[in-house]
Amino acid sequence: MERNRQIKQGHRKIRVLVAKPGLDGHDRGARIIARAYRDAGFEVVYSGLHQTPEEIVQAAIQEDVDMVGLSSLAGAHMYLFPKVVELLREKGAEDIVVCGGGIFPEEDIPKLKEAGIKEIFIPGTPLSEVVKWVEEHVEPRD
Amino acid sequence: MSEIVKKVASGDIRAVAKLIRDIDDKVPEVREVLKDLYPFTGKAYVVGITGAPGVGKSTLVDQMVTHLRGNGQTVGILAVDPTSPFSGGAILGDRVRMQRHSLDEGVFIRSMATRGYFGGLTQSTRSAIDVLDAMGKDYILVETVGVGQDEIDIVQSAHTTIIVLVPGMGDDIQALKAGILEVGDIFVVNKADREGADRTVNDLRLMIEMDEKRYKDGWKPPILTAQAVFDKGIQEILEEIENHKAFLASSVERQSALQHEKARHDLTEMIKDQIIQEVLADIVNSGEFEQALQSIAERKLDPYTACDTIVSKKIKSGTR
Ligand code: B12
Ligand SMILES: Nc1nc2c(ncn2[C@@H]2O[C@H](COP(=O)(O)OP(=O)(O)OP(=O)(O)O)[C@@H](O)[C@H]2O)c(=O)[nH]1
Ligand SMILES: [Mg+2]
Repeated sequence: MERNRQIKQGHRKIRVLVAKPGLDGHDRGARIIARAYRDAGFEVVYSGLHQTPEEIVQAAIQEDVDMVGLSSLAGAHMYLFPKVVELLREKGAEDIVVCGGGIFPEEDIPKLKEAGIKEIFIPGTPLSEVVKWVEEHVEPRD
Repeated sequence: MSEIVKKVASGDIRAVAKLIRDIDDKVPEVREVLKDLYPFTGKAYVVGITGAPGVGKSTLVDQMVTHLRGNGQTVGILAVDPTSPFSGGAILGDRVRMQRHSLDEGVFIRSMATRGYFGGLTQSTRSAIDVLDAMGKDYILVETVGVGQDEIDIVQSAHTTIIVLVPGMGDDIQALKAGILEVGDIFVVNKADREGADRTVNDLRLMIEMDEKRYKDGWKPPILTAQAVFDKGIQEILEEIENHKAFLASSVERQSALQHEKARHDLTEMIKDQIIQEVLADIVNSGEFEQALQSIAERKLDPYTACDTIVSKKIKSGTR
Protein backbone atom coordinates (compact mmCIF):
# COMPACT_ATOMS: atom_id res chain seq x y z
CA MET A 1 0.00 0.00 0.00
CA GLU A 2 2.98 2.22 -0.70
CA ARG A 3 0.92 4.37 -3.00
CA ASN A 4 -1.59 5.16 -0.36
CA ARG A 5 1.07 5.90 2.16
CA GLN A 6 2.64 8.39 -0.16
CA ILE A 7 -0.13 10.86 0.06
CA LYS A 8 -0.16 11.03 3.81
CA GLN A 9 1.08 14.41 4.84
CA GLY A 10 4.60 14.33 6.10
CA HIS A 11 5.41 10.85 4.89
CA ARG A 12 9.18 10.54 4.91
CA LYS A 13 10.84 8.47 2.27
CA ILE A 14 14.31 7.02 2.86
CA ARG A 15 16.96 8.62 0.65
CA VAL A 16 20.38 7.07 0.23
CA LEU A 17 23.54 7.81 -1.71
CA VAL A 18 25.42 4.85 -3.19
CA ALA A 19 28.96 5.95 -3.87
CA LYS A 20 32.17 4.53 -5.31
CA PRO A 21 35.16 6.18 -3.69
CA GLY A 22 38.65 6.08 -5.16
CA LEU A 23 40.04 4.59 -8.33
CA ASP A 24 38.12 1.33 -8.07
CA GLY A 25 36.25 0.61 -11.29
CA HIS A 26 34.13 -2.33 -10.11
CA ASP A 27 30.61 -0.96 -10.20
CA ARG A 28 28.46 -4.07 -10.62
CA GLY A 29 27.94 -4.53 -6.92
CA ALA A 30 27.08 -0.88 -6.37
CA ARG A 31 24.52 -0.97 -9.18
CA ILE A 32 22.93 -4.14 -7.87
CA ILE A 33 22.67 -2.62 -4.41
CA ALA A 34 21.19 0.58 -5.85
CA ARG A 35 18.51 -1.42 -7.62
CA ALA A 36 17.74 -3.44 -4.50
CA TYR A 37 17.28 -0.22 -2.55
CA ARG A 38 15.02 1.20 -5.22
CA ASP A 39 12.94 -1.96 -5.21
CA ALA A 40 12.57 -1.56 -1.46
CA GLY A 41 11.03 1.87 -2.05
CA PHE A 42 14.06 4.05 -1.29
CA GLU A 43 15.20 6.98 -3.38
CA VAL A 44 18.74 6.19 -4.44
CA VAL A 45 21.20 8.76 -5.69
CA TYR A 46 24.09 7.11 -7.50
CA SER A 47 27.38 9.01 -7.52
CA GLY A 48 29.16 7.24 -10.33
CA LEU A 49 32.77 6.07 -10.26
CA HIS A 50 35.98 7.64 -9.03
CA GLN A 51 34.68 9.90 -6.31
CA THR A 52 36.81 11.59 -3.70
CA PRO A 53 35.53 11.51 -0.11
CA GLU A 54 35.01 15.28 -0.37
CA GLU A 55 32.78 14.90 -3.43
CA ILE A 56 30.80 12.12 -1.78
CA VAL A 57 30.18 14.17 1.33
CA GLN A 58 29.14 17.23 -0.64
CA ALA A 59 26.72 15.11 -2.67
CA ALA A 60 25.31 13.55 0.51
CA ILE A 61 24.64 16.98 1.97
CA GLN A 62 23.15 18.54 -1.16
CA GLU A 63 20.93 15.51 -1.67
CA ASP A 64 20.00 15.41 2.03
CA VAL A 65 20.31 11.63 2.21
CA ASP A 66 19.78 9.55 5.35
CA MET A 67 22.56 7.12 4.52
CA VAL A 68 25.70 6.82 2.44
CA GLY A 69 26.56 3.35 1.14
CA LEU A 70 30.19 3.04 0.07
CA SER A 71 31.33 0.31 -2.27
CA SER A 72 34.95 -0.76 -2.63
CA LEU A 73 36.59 -3.80 -4.18
CA ALA A 74 40.01 -2.34 -4.76
CA GLY A 75 41.60 -2.26 -1.34
CA ALA A 76 41.74 1.46 -0.50
CA HIS A 77 38.85 1.26 1.96
CA MET A 78 40.98 1.76 5.08
CA TYR A 79 41.71 5.30 4.00
CA LEU A 80 38.57 6.18 2.02
CA PHE A 81 35.77 4.93 4.28
CA PRO A 82 36.92 6.57 7.54
CA LYS A 83 37.65 9.76 5.61
CA VAL A 84 34.01 9.99 4.54
CA VAL A 85 32.85 9.58 8.14
CA GLU A 86 35.33 12.18 9.31
CA LEU A 87 34.29 14.75 6.70
CA LEU A 88 30.61 14.25 7.46
CA ARG A 89 31.40 14.94 11.09
CA GLU A 90 33.35 18.04 10.13
CA LYS A 91 30.34 19.35 8.21
CA GLY A 92 28.00 18.69 11.11
CA ALA A 93 26.34 15.89 9.19
CA GLU A 94 27.24 13.01 11.47
CA ASP A 95 23.55 12.07 11.57
CA ILE A 96 24.00 10.59 8.09
CA VAL A 97 24.61 6.85 8.56
CA VAL A 98 27.53 5.31 6.66
CA CYS A 99 27.72 1.66 5.65
CA GLY A 100 29.94 -0.14 3.20
CA GLY A 101 30.24 -3.18 1.02
CA GLY A 102 32.70 -4.99 -1.19
CA ILE A 103 35.80 -7.07 -0.66
CA PHE A 104 37.83 -6.61 2.51
CA PRO A 105 40.42 -8.57 4.45
CA GLU A 106 38.62 -9.96 7.46
CA GLU A 107 40.79 -8.11 9.97
CA ASP A 108 39.81 -4.73 8.49
CA ILE A 109 36.13 -5.08 9.27
CA PRO A 110 36.29 -4.36 13.04
CA LYS A 111 38.61 -1.43 12.37
CA LEU A 112 36.18 0.06 9.88
CA LYS A 113 33.36 -0.27 12.36
CA GLU A 114 35.46 1.40 14.98
CA ALA A 115 36.03 4.26 12.57
CA GLY A 116 32.29 4.84 12.37
CA ILE A 117 31.17 2.65 9.47
CA LYS A 118 27.97 1.22 10.91
CA GLU A 119 27.97 -2.04 8.98
CA ILE A 120 29.99 -3.86 6.33
CA PHE A 121 28.49 -6.19 3.74
CA ILE A 122 30.62 -8.77 2.00
CA PRO A 123 29.92 -10.76 -1.19
CA GLY A 124 27.24 -13.35 -0.72
CA THR A 125 25.09 -11.31 1.65
CA PRO A 126 21.51 -11.75 0.44
CA LEU A 127 20.05 -8.53 -0.92
CA SER A 128 17.07 -8.89 1.36
CA GLU A 129 19.41 -8.65 4.32
CA VAL A 130 21.14 -5.57 2.92
CA VAL A 131 17.76 -3.89 2.55
CA LYS A 132 16.46 -5.02 5.92
CA TRP A 133 19.48 -3.57 7.64
CA VAL A 134 18.64 -0.12 6.24
CA GLU A 135 15.02 -0.40 7.28
CA GLU A 136 16.12 -1.29 10.79
CA HIS A 137 19.02 1.11 11.22
CA VAL A 138 18.23 4.17 9.16
CA GLU A 139 15.50 6.55 10.16
CA PRO A 140 14.46 9.23 7.73
CA ARG A 141 15.61 12.34 9.56
CA ASP A 142 13.46 15.16 10.76
CA MET B 1 11.16 35.74 9.60
CA SER B 2 12.15 32.26 10.69
CA GLU B 3 15.70 31.08 11.13
CA ILE B 4 15.36 28.69 8.22
CA VAL B 5 14.25 31.40 5.80
CA LYS B 6 17.25 33.50 6.81
CA LYS B 7 19.57 30.57 6.29
CA VAL B 8 18.15 29.68 2.89
CA ALA B 9 18.23 33.26 1.70
CA SER B 10 21.87 33.50 2.71
CA GLY B 11 22.68 30.38 0.74
CA ASP B 12 23.19 27.90 3.59
CA ILE B 13 23.56 24.57 1.79
CA ARG B 14 22.29 22.31 4.54
CA ALA B 15 19.24 24.49 5.13
CA VAL B 16 18.45 24.47 1.41
CA ALA B 17 18.93 20.72 1.16
CA LYS B 18 16.69 20.02 4.14
CA LEU B 19 13.99 22.38 3.00
CA ILE B 20 13.78 20.67 -0.38
CA ARG B 21 13.51 17.37 1.46
CA ASP B 22 10.64 18.68 3.55
CA ILE B 23 8.93 19.94 0.41
CA ASP B 24 9.31 16.53 -1.18
CA ASP B 25 8.06 14.73 1.91
CA LYS B 26 5.15 17.15 2.13
CA VAL B 27 5.83 18.22 5.68
CA PRO B 28 2.91 20.52 6.54
CA GLU B 29 5.04 23.20 8.26
CA VAL B 30 6.85 23.84 5.01
CA ARG B 31 3.98 25.90 3.74
CA GLU B 32 4.72 28.79 6.10
CA VAL B 33 8.41 28.71 5.23
CA LEU B 34 7.60 28.92 1.52
CA LYS B 35 5.36 31.90 2.14
CA ASP B 36 8.14 33.76 3.91
CA LEU B 37 10.63 32.73 1.27
CA TYR B 38 8.56 33.97 -1.63
CA PRO B 39 9.73 37.60 -1.46
CA PHE B 40 13.28 36.34 -2.08
CA THR B 41 12.31 34.63 -5.33
CA GLY B 42 11.86 35.88 -8.86
CA LYS B 43 15.46 36.73 -9.65
CA ALA B 44 16.78 33.50 -11.14
CA TYR B 45 16.56 32.58 -14.80
CA VAL B 46 15.02 29.14 -15.15
CA VAL B 47 15.92 26.88 -18.05
CA GLY B 48 14.12 23.57 -18.63
CA ILE B 49 15.96 20.79 -20.41
CA THR B 50 13.81 17.94 -21.56
CA GLY B 51 13.86 15.08 -24.04
CA ALA B 52 13.61 11.32 -24.34
CA PRO B 53 15.65 9.04 -22.05
CA GLY B 54 19.34 8.90 -22.87
CA VAL B 55 19.53 11.72 -25.40
CA GLY B 56 22.26 13.40 -23.35
CA LYS B 57 20.39 15.88 -21.18
CA SER B 58 22.57 15.45 -18.12
CA THR B 59 25.75 15.64 -20.14
CA LEU B 60 24.50 18.85 -21.73
CA VAL B 61 23.57 20.29 -18.35
CA ASP B 62 27.02 19.41 -17.04
CA GLN B 63 28.71 21.25 -19.90
CA MET B 64 26.37 24.21 -19.64
CA VAL B 65 27.27 24.52 -15.98
CA THR B 66 30.97 24.69 -16.86
CA HIS B 67 30.34 27.47 -19.36
CA LEU B 68 28.03 29.41 -17.06
CA ARG B 69 30.56 29.16 -14.24
CA GLY B 70 33.21 30.40 -16.63
CA ASN B 71 31.08 33.51 -17.05
CA GLY B 72 30.89 33.92 -13.29
CA GLN B 73 27.24 32.82 -13.00
CA THR B 74 26.02 30.65 -10.14
CA VAL B 75 23.88 27.64 -11.00
CA GLY B 76 21.26 25.49 -9.32
CA ILE B 77 20.30 22.18 -10.88
CA LEU B 78 17.20 20.06 -10.37
CA ALA B 79 17.42 16.68 -12.02
CA VAL B 80 14.09 14.89 -12.01
CA ASP B 81 13.83 11.14 -12.58
CA PRO B 82 10.77 8.92 -12.51
CA THR B 83 9.62 7.07 -9.41
CA SER B 84 9.12 3.35 -9.93
CA PRO B 85 5.38 2.73 -9.95
CA PHE B 86 6.02 -0.69 -8.48
CA SER B 87 8.10 0.05 -5.42
CA GLY B 88 7.76 3.80 -4.98
CA GLY B 89 11.54 3.96 -5.03
CA ALA B 90 13.79 5.55 -7.64
CA ILE B 91 17.32 5.50 -8.94
CA LEU B 92 18.48 9.05 -9.45
CA GLY B 93 21.38 8.76 -11.86
CA ASP B 94 21.68 12.19 -13.45
CA ARG B 95 24.13 13.34 -10.84
CA VAL B 96 26.75 10.91 -12.14
CA ARG B 97 27.35 13.20 -15.12
CA MET B 98 27.55 16.35 -13.04
CA GLN B 99 29.53 15.21 -10.02
CA ARG B 100 32.65 17.15 -11.10
CA HIS B 101 30.81 20.32 -10.04
CA SER B 102 30.10 18.88 -6.63
CA LEU B 103 32.80 20.84 -4.82
CA ASP B 104 32.10 24.12 -6.60
CA GLU B 105 30.32 26.37 -4.12
CA GLY B 106 28.64 28.24 -6.95
CA VAL B 107 26.76 25.09 -7.94
CA PHE B 108 23.99 23.26 -6.11
CA ILE B 109 22.79 19.95 -7.55
CA ARG B 110 19.67 18.19 -6.37
CA SER B 111 18.10 14.99 -7.69
CA MET B 112 14.37 14.57 -7.31
CA ALA B 113 12.02 11.70 -8.00
CA THR B 114 8.66 12.36 -9.59
CA ARG B 115 6.78 10.65 -6.75
CA GLY B 116 3.70 12.10 -8.37
CA TYR B 117 1.07 9.50 -7.96
CA PHE B 118 -1.58 12.00 -7.01
CA GLY B 119 -0.10 14.98 -8.74
CA GLY B 120 2.90 15.64 -6.57
CA LEU B 121 5.71 16.14 -9.01
CA THR B 122 5.04 19.51 -10.41
CA GLN B 123 4.26 21.17 -7.13
CA SER B 124 7.38 19.91 -5.36
CA THR B 125 9.60 20.76 -8.27
CA ARG B 126 8.14 24.24 -8.56
CA SER B 127 8.71 24.86 -4.88
CA ALA B 128 12.25 23.50 -5.16
CA ILE B 129 12.89 25.97 -7.98
CA ASP B 130 11.73 28.73 -5.64
CA VAL B 131 14.17 27.55 -2.98
CA LEU B 132 17.15 27.59 -5.35
CA ASP B 133 16.00 30.97 -6.59
CA ALA B 134 15.82 32.32 -3.04
CA MET B 135 19.26 30.96 -2.21
CA GLY B 136 20.58 33.28 -4.89
CA LYS B 137 21.41 31.11 -7.88
CA ASP B 138 21.59 33.10 -11.13
CA TYR B 139 20.52 30.22 -13.34
CA ILE B 140 18.41 27.20 -12.49
CA LEU B 141 18.58 24.25 -14.86
CA VAL B 142 15.75 21.73 -14.56
CA GLU B 143 16.26 18.37 -16.26
CA THR B 144 13.19 16.23 -16.83
CA VAL B 145 12.57 13.18 -18.98
CA GLY B 146 10.22 14.44 -21.63
CA VAL B 147 7.76 11.64 -21.97
CA GLY B 148 4.62 12.50 -20.10
CA GLN B 149 2.30 15.36 -19.34
CA ASP B 150 4.00 16.01 -16.02
CA GLU B 151 7.26 16.73 -17.71
CA ILE B 152 5.74 19.10 -20.20
CA ASP B 153 4.02 20.73 -17.31
CA ILE B 154 7.27 21.41 -15.53
CA VAL B 155 8.31 23.39 -18.51
CA GLN B 156 5.70 25.98 -17.58
CA SER B 157 8.01 27.01 -14.79
CA ALA B 158 10.90 27.67 -17.14
CA HIS B 159 11.68 30.92 -18.89
CA THR B 160 13.40 29.03 -21.66
CA THR B 161 12.69 25.43 -22.57
CA ILE B 162 15.23 23.37 -24.44
CA ILE B 163 14.11 20.20 -26.19
CA VAL B 164 16.91 17.72 -26.78
CA LEU B 165 16.76 15.19 -29.60
CA VAL B 166 19.22 12.87 -31.27
CA PRO B 167 19.81 11.99 -34.92
CA GLY B 168 17.60 9.36 -36.42
CA MET B 169 14.44 10.35 -34.62
CA GLY B 170 12.66 11.01 -37.92
CA ASP B 171 9.39 9.31 -37.16
CA ASP B 172 9.63 10.20 -33.53
CA ILE B 173 9.56 13.86 -34.40
CA GLN B 174 6.11 13.35 -35.84
CA ALA B 175 5.08 11.77 -32.59
CA LEU B 176 6.64 14.54 -30.58
CA LYS B 177 4.66 17.16 -32.37
CA ALA B 178 1.55 16.55 -30.35
CA GLY B 179 3.10 17.60 -27.10
CA ILE B 180 6.65 18.55 -26.82
CA LEU B 181 7.34 20.43 -30.00
CA GLU B 182 5.03 23.26 -29.01
CA VAL B 183 6.83 24.01 -25.79
CA GLY B 184 10.35 24.18 -27.19
CA ASP B 185 12.04 27.57 -27.29
CA ILE B 186 15.32 26.05 -28.42
CA PHE B 187 15.90 22.68 -30.08
CA VAL B 188 19.16 20.84 -29.71
CA VAL B 189 20.05 17.85 -31.83
CA ASN B 190 22.66 16.26 -29.58
CA LYS B 191 25.03 13.42 -30.48
CA ALA B 192 25.66 15.20 -33.76
CA ASP B 193 28.80 13.09 -34.05
CA ARG B 194 26.41 10.39 -35.17
CA GLU B 195 25.02 10.01 -38.64
CA GLY B 196 21.85 11.79 -39.64
CA ALA B 197 22.06 14.98 -37.59
CA ASP B 198 21.49 17.19 -40.65
CA ARG B 199 18.46 15.20 -41.58
CA THR B 200 16.98 15.56 -38.11
CA VAL B 201 17.67 19.29 -38.15
CA ASN B 202 15.90 19.59 -41.51
CA ASP B 203 12.92 17.56 -40.38
CA LEU B 204 12.62 19.74 -37.32
CA ARG B 205 12.94 22.94 -39.30
CA LEU B 206 10.18 21.85 -41.61
CA MET B 207 7.85 21.09 -38.75
CA ILE B 208 8.54 24.32 -36.96
CA GLU B 209 8.14 26.42 -40.07
CA MET B 210 4.81 24.80 -40.84
CA ASP B 211 3.62 25.82 -37.43
CA GLU B 212 3.41 29.53 -38.17
CA LYS B 213 1.49 30.62 -35.16
CA ARG B 214 4.34 29.26 -33.08
CA TYR B 215 6.59 32.14 -34.00
CA LYS B 216 4.10 34.77 -34.96
CA ASP B 217 4.91 36.71 -31.84
CA GLY B 218 8.52 37.01 -32.90
CA TRP B 219 10.46 34.07 -31.52
CA LYS B 220 11.36 31.43 -34.01
CA PRO B 221 12.92 28.51 -32.14
CA PRO B 222 16.49 27.99 -33.27
CA ILE B 223 17.64 24.47 -34.04
CA LEU B 224 21.18 23.75 -32.94
CA THR B 225 23.45 20.76 -33.08
CA ALA B 226 25.67 19.68 -30.21
CA GLN B 227 28.06 16.99 -29.12
CA ALA B 228 27.73 17.23 -25.40
CA VAL B 229 30.38 14.63 -24.55
CA PHE B 230 32.91 16.55 -26.65
CA ASP B 231 31.83 19.96 -25.34
CA LYS B 232 30.78 21.06 -28.81
CA GLY B 233 27.90 23.42 -29.49
CA ILE B 234 27.44 24.44 -25.87
CA GLN B 235 28.44 28.07 -26.27
CA GLU B 236 25.85 28.41 -29.05
CA ILE B 237 23.15 27.01 -26.79
CA LEU B 238 24.00 29.55 -24.11
CA GLU B 239 23.94 32.33 -26.67
CA GLU B 240 20.46 31.32 -27.78
CA ILE B 241 19.34 31.24 -24.16
CA GLU B 242 20.57 34.82 -23.84
CA ASN B 243 18.78 35.74 -27.08
CA HIS B 244 15.56 34.24 -25.80
CA LYS B 245 16.00 35.98 -22.48
CA ALA B 246 16.45 39.30 -24.29
CA PHE B 247 13.43 38.54 -26.45
CA LEU B 248 11.25 37.94 -23.40
CA ALA B 249 12.48 41.14 -21.82
CA SER B 250 12.04 43.23 -24.95
CA SER B 251 8.33 43.82 -24.56
CA VAL B 252 6.59 44.89 -21.40
CA GLU B 253 3.26 43.47 -22.60
CA ARG B 254 4.77 40.13 -23.41
CA GLN B 255 6.45 40.00 -20.06
CA SER B 256 3.35 40.78 -18.10
CA ALA B 257 1.31 38.36 -20.20
CA LEU B 258 3.86 35.67 -19.40
CA GLN B 259 3.84 36.49 -15.71
CA HIS B 260 0.08 36.34 -15.73
CA GLU B 261 0.06 33.00 -17.51
CA LYS B 262 2.60 31.59 -15.09
CA ALA B 263 0.56 32.82 -12.14
CA ARG B 264 -2.58 31.26 -13.59
CA HIS B 265 -0.84 27.97 -14.14
CA ASP B 266 0.90 27.87 -10.77
CA LEU B 267 -2.17 28.79 -8.80
CA THR B 268 -4.42 26.34 -10.65
CA GLU B 269 -1.93 23.55 -10.02
CA MET B 270 -1.52 24.54 -6.41
CA ILE B 271 -5.25 24.48 -5.78
CA LYS B 272 -5.57 21.11 -7.50
CA ASP B 273 -2.68 19.77 -5.48
CA GLN B 274 -4.07 20.98 -2.19
CA ILE B 275 -7.53 19.64 -2.86
CA ILE B 276 -6.04 16.30 -3.79
CA GLN B 277 -3.90 16.30 -0.66
CA GLU B 278 -6.69 17.22 1.66
CA VAL B 279 -9.58 15.29 0.20
CA LEU B 280 -7.71 12.23 -0.90
CA ALA B 281 -5.47 11.92 2.12
CA ASP B 282 -8.54 12.13 4.30
CA ILE B 283 -10.58 9.48 2.57
CA VAL B 284 -7.59 7.21 2.17
CA ASN B 285 -6.86 7.38 5.86
CA SER B 286 -10.48 6.88 6.82
CA GLY B 287 -10.81 3.86 4.55
CA GLU B 288 -13.55 5.52 2.54
CA PHE B 289 -11.40 5.45 -0.59
CA GLU B 290 -10.75 1.72 -0.38
CA GLN B 291 -14.43 1.09 0.26
CA ALA B 292 -15.46 3.06 -2.79
CA LEU B 293 -12.83 1.28 -4.91
CA GLN B 294 -14.17 -2.05 -3.77
CA SER B 295 -17.76 -1.14 -4.58
CA ILE B 296 -16.82 0.12 -8.00
CA ALA B 297 -14.72 -2.96 -8.69
CA GLU B 298 -17.70 -5.13 -7.80
CA ARG B 299 -19.90 -2.89 -9.94
CA LYS B 300 -22.18 -2.16 -7.02
CA LEU B 301 -21.47 1.52 -7.43
CA ASP B 302 -20.68 3.70 -10.43
CA PRO B 303 -17.60 5.94 -10.19
CA TYR B 304 -19.62 9.07 -10.98
CA THR B 305 -21.80 8.70 -7.94
CA ALA B 306 -18.83 7.75 -5.79
CA CYS B 307 -16.97 10.86 -6.88
CA ASP B 308 -19.95 13.16 -6.35
CA THR B 309 -20.54 11.78 -2.89
CA ILE B 310 -16.94 12.15 -1.79
CA VAL B 311 -16.31 15.56 -3.28
CA SER B 312 -19.55 17.19 -2.18
CA LYS B 313 -19.17 15.86 1.34
CA LYS B 314 -15.59 17.07 1.61
CA ILE B 315 -16.21 20.46 0.11
CA LYS B 316 -19.22 21.07 2.33
CA SER B 317 -17.39 20.02 5.45
CA GLY B 318 -14.78 22.61 4.51
CA THR B 319 -11.04 22.25 4.66
CA ARG B 320 -9.63 21.24 7.93
C1 B12 C 1 33.92 -8.61 -12.49
C2 B12 C 1 35.29 -8.24 -11.98
C3 B12 C 1 35.98 -7.26 -12.67
C4 B12 C 1 35.38 -6.50 -13.85
C5 B12 C 1 34.53 -5.33 -13.28
C6 B12 C 1 33.30 -5.03 -14.09
C7 B12 C 1 32.47 -3.95 -13.43
N1 B12 C 1 32.09 -2.94 -14.17
O1 B12 C 1 32.15 -4.02 -12.27
C8 B12 C 1 36.66 -6.03 -14.57
C9 B12 C 1 37.06 -7.09 -15.57
C10 B12 C 1 36.55 -4.68 -15.28
C11 B12 C 1 37.67 -6.04 -13.44
C12 B12 C 1 38.82 -5.34 -13.46
C13 B12 C 1 39.79 -5.40 -12.46
N2 B12 C 1 39.77 -6.19 -11.38
CO1 B12 C 1 38.27 -7.23 -10.86
N3 B12 C 1 37.03 -8.50 -10.36
C14 B12 C 1 35.85 -8.84 -10.83
C15 B12 C 1 35.28 -10.02 -10.01
C16 B12 C 1 35.55 -11.29 -10.79
C17 B12 C 1 33.83 -9.97 -9.67
C18 B12 C 1 33.33 -8.65 -9.09
C19 B12 C 1 31.85 -8.54 -9.23
O2 B12 C 1 31.34 -7.84 -10.11
N4 B12 C 1 31.10 -9.26 -8.40
C20 B12 C 1 29.67 -9.30 -8.43
C21 B12 C 1 29.13 -8.17 -7.53
C22 B12 C 1 27.60 -8.18 -7.53
O3 B12 C 1 29.58 -8.40 -6.25
P1 B12 C 1 30.31 -7.30 -5.35
O4 B12 C 1 30.79 -6.18 -6.17
O5 B12 C 1 31.25 -7.95 -4.43
O6 B12 C 1 29.09 -6.73 -4.48
C23 B12 C 1 28.41 -7.48 -3.50
C24 B12 C 1 28.97 -7.26 -2.10
O7 B12 C 1 30.34 -7.03 -2.07
C25 B12 C 1 28.16 -6.15 -1.55
N5 B12 C 1 28.47 -4.76 -1.85
C26 B12 C 1 29.32 -4.23 -2.74
N6 B12 C 1 29.26 -2.88 -2.72
C27 B12 C 1 28.36 -2.54 -1.81
C28 B12 C 1 27.91 -1.30 -1.37
C29 B12 C 1 26.94 -1.22 -0.39
C30 B12 C 1 26.41 0.09 0.03
C31 B12 C 1 26.43 -2.42 0.19
C32 B12 C 1 25.41 -2.35 1.23
C33 B12 C 1 26.89 -3.66 -0.24
C34 B12 C 1 27.84 -3.72 -1.24
O8 B12 C 1 26.90 -6.44 -2.07
C35 B12 C 1 27.02 -6.93 -3.42
C36 B12 C 1 25.95 -7.92 -3.68
O9 B12 C 1 26.09 -9.02 -2.82
C37 B12 C 1 36.14 -9.94 -8.71
C38 B12 C 1 36.39 -11.25 -7.99
C39 B12 C 1 35.28 -11.62 -7.06
N7 B12 C 1 34.98 -12.87 -7.02
O10 B12 C 1 34.68 -10.76 -6.40
C40 B12 C 1 37.45 -9.33 -9.22
C41 B12 C 1 38.29 -8.47 -8.28
C42 B12 C 1 37.40 -7.54 -7.48
N8 B12 C 1 39.09 -7.70 -9.22
C43 B12 C 1 40.31 -7.54 -8.82
C44 B12 C 1 41.30 -6.86 -9.55
C45 B12 C 1 42.69 -6.89 -8.97
C46 B12 C 1 40.98 -6.20 -10.75
C47 B12 C 1 41.95 -5.41 -11.62
C48 B12 C 1 42.93 -4.49 -10.87
C49 B12 C 1 42.64 -6.45 -12.45
C50 B12 C 1 43.77 -6.00 -13.31
N9 B12 C 1 44.96 -6.26 -12.81
O11 B12 C 1 43.53 -5.45 -14.37
C51 B12 C 1 41.03 -4.59 -12.53
C52 B12 C 1 40.82 -3.16 -11.93
C53 B12 C 1 39.62 -2.43 -12.48
C54 B12 C 1 39.45 -1.07 -11.85
N10 B12 C 1 39.63 0.00 -12.58
O12 B12 C 1 39.20 -0.97 -10.66
C55 B12 C 1 40.57 -8.17 -7.46
C56 B12 C 1 40.64 -7.13 -6.33
C57 B12 C 1 41.64 -7.50 -5.29
C58 B12 C 1 41.75 -6.52 -4.17
N11 B12 C 1 40.69 -6.28 -3.42
O13 B12 C 1 42.79 -5.97 -3.96
C59 B12 C 1 39.38 -9.19 -7.37
C60 B12 C 1 38.91 -9.44 -5.93
C61 B12 C 1 39.87 -10.49 -8.02
C62 B12 C 1 40.97 -11.17 -7.21
N12 B12 C 1 40.64 -12.15 -6.42
O14 B12 C 1 42.10 -10.78 -7.34
N13 B12 C 1 37.26 -6.83 -12.43
N1 LIG D 1 28.06 9.93 -29.05
C1 LIG D 1 27.60 10.80 -28.17
N2 LIG D 1 27.18 10.37 -26.96
C2 LIG D 1 26.72 11.27 -26.08
C3 LIG D 1 26.67 12.65 -26.39
N3 LIG D 1 26.15 13.29 -25.31
C4 LIG D 1 25.89 12.35 -24.39
N4 LIG D 1 26.24 11.13 -24.84
C5 LIG D 1 26.14 9.84 -24.12
O1 LIG D 1 24.79 9.45 -24.04
C6 LIG D 1 24.57 8.70 -22.84
C7 LIG D 1 23.42 9.29 -22.05
O2 LIG D 1 23.78 10.57 -21.62
P1 LIG D 1 23.02 11.32 -20.45
O3 LIG D 1 23.58 12.70 -20.37
O4 LIG D 1 23.02 10.51 -19.23
O5 LIG D 1 21.56 11.35 -21.06
P2 LIG D 1 20.20 11.80 -20.37
O6 LIG D 1 19.33 12.32 -21.44
O7 LIG D 1 20.48 12.68 -19.22
O8 LIG D 1 19.65 10.40 -19.84
P3 LIG D 1 18.46 10.13 -18.82
O9 LIG D 1 18.58 11.14 -17.72
O10 LIG D 1 18.70 8.74 -18.37
O11 LIG D 1 17.20 10.29 -19.61
C8 LIG D 1 25.89 8.74 -22.07
O12 LIG D 1 26.58 7.55 -22.30
C9 LIG D 1 26.62 9.92 -22.69
O13 LIG D 1 28.01 9.80 -22.61
C10 LIG D 1 27.14 13.09 -27.66
O14 LIG D 1 27.14 14.27 -28.01
N5 LIG D 1 27.59 12.12 -28.50
MG1 LIG E 1 19.90 12.50 -17.24
